[in-house]
Amino acid sequence: MPEQSAPCPNVDITVDGAGWSVPAGSSIAAAFVARGHPGWRLTRRRAEPRGLGCGMGVCFDCLVTVNGTRGVRACLTDVREGDVITTERGSGFADLAI
Amino acid sequence: MSASHHRDVVVIGAGIVGAACCYYLARAGLKVAVIERGAVAAGTTGAGEGNILVSDKEPGPELELAQVSIRLWRQLGDELGPDAELEPKGGLVVAAGPEERQQLDEFAAAQAVAGVEVRTVGPSGLRDLEPHLADGLAGGVLYPEDMQVQPMMAAALMLRAARDLGAELRLHEEVTAIETAAGRVAGVRTSTGGLSAGLVVNAAGTWAGELAARAGLALPVLPRRGFIVVTEPLPRMIRHKVYTADYVANVASGSAGLEISAVVEATASGTVLIGASRERVGFDRTSSMKIVGTLAAQAVRLFPVLAGVRAIRFYRGFRPYCPDHLPVIGSDARLPGLLHACGHEGAGVGLAPATGHLIAQIATGQTAPVSLAPFDPGRFEEPARA
Repeated sequence: MPEQSAPCPNVDITVDGAGWSVPAGSSIAAAFVARGHPGWRLTRRRAEPRGLGCGMGVCFDCLVTVNGTRGVRACLTDVREGDVITTERGSGFADLAI
Repeated sequence: MSASHHRDVVVIGAGIVGAACCYYLARAGLKVAVIERGAVAAGTTGAGEGNILVSDKEPGPELELAQVSIRLWRQLGDELGPDAELEPKGGLVVAAGPEERQQLDEFAAAQAVAGVEVRTVGPSGLRDLEPHLADGLAGGVLYPEDMQVQPMMAAALMLRAARDLGAELRLHEEVTAIETAAGRVAGVRTSTGGLSAGLVVNAAGTWAGELAARAGLALPVLPRRGFIVVTEPLPRMIRHKVYTADYVANVASGSAGLEISAVVEATASGTVLIGASRERVGFDRTSSMKIVGTLAAQAVRLFPVLAGVRAIRFYRGFRPYCPDHLPVIGSDARLPGLLHACGHEGAGVGLAPATGHLIAQIATGQTAPVSLAPFDPGRFEEPARA
């Protein structure tokens, strides 16, 4: 765990088209929470907000699309410079609906 | 045993078949108890896809039973309510090439003669039915009568409805012996006591042979293992139960070896289920990534878009099969009062209502709507030597 006082380099990512500068080494989920977004995914049926549920990769509530890969668990995935992240409404597969 | 322990019928097993027996027996006005050593739908019922199919059945006794069952399932859809997730979605069987197509068309023509609703679909018509199907398929047959249900919910809802009619559900209690008196069934002995009853229904599924053995009787019901792969949830992108024509051949096959043919369908919760493998390996629960991988690959050949979708889990179960692939339904002449309702292999969910209905007809001395001879429990007996 880094010291609180240690300088923390940032990385630049894009979230739903907006540029965010977030601490390197944080998870995508941590970045959302730190930016004041506790719920970033909307559930499939009732469009209720979801974010960190278990925080350890089990609940699949925190899914986001990262660089085109859908259904990525934000709690297990660290931010990387240049990441393009889009939030998911329902599943990330809306384009497959018939 | 006191009179308060007397039931008209004891049903052994709270899977889909036991639940259906209980439901129809209770509706016939009989005093019923269901005894289950585990939980509701904890065996094969909880390990399947919820198939209610006429499409995979050739003309004959099993198809007749399935046709009765389809009608009963339609009524059950209303009686059990939306939680059963009964979907009259129809089945679409697709042919990979011209030869398969011809076999499929012939199979469907024979089914049509037997009263099955069939609609042949040319190669260009497939996409209208299933937009994500692969290129190059030779056509298929649509079976509008095929349905899907959430089998665990359906079993639980049938048991609840039966309980409302006065049936008793006893879980985590195991039948250890069938009691007899004067050469006929008098009740059951269980892990926690016993019940007296004039009729006992063996609905123990894949474990029905083991149960019969506790009554000193041989019944050749054996396990046929199957895996099902589950994808991450998706929006509705597959409308029907879609499978390849060689599935029918595999279902009917007598081989003990591994057979895999993809059956792909969406569920109400969004996950896509990918079955079905068949092999005779006893009650071996060992995971097989080879089988799971093959199932997934076959599903991708049918629906290429699934290549970009994750499989999130798989499960396995044991179909109760008999040597002639027909269920065992009816009175056991070797022990008056003992009825069997088991051995449905992969069709137990589909055939459950007809089975329950038949059992209730027998229990109340009424005429069955189909001939019971093909399902006779005594059919496996070696002819006695003179």
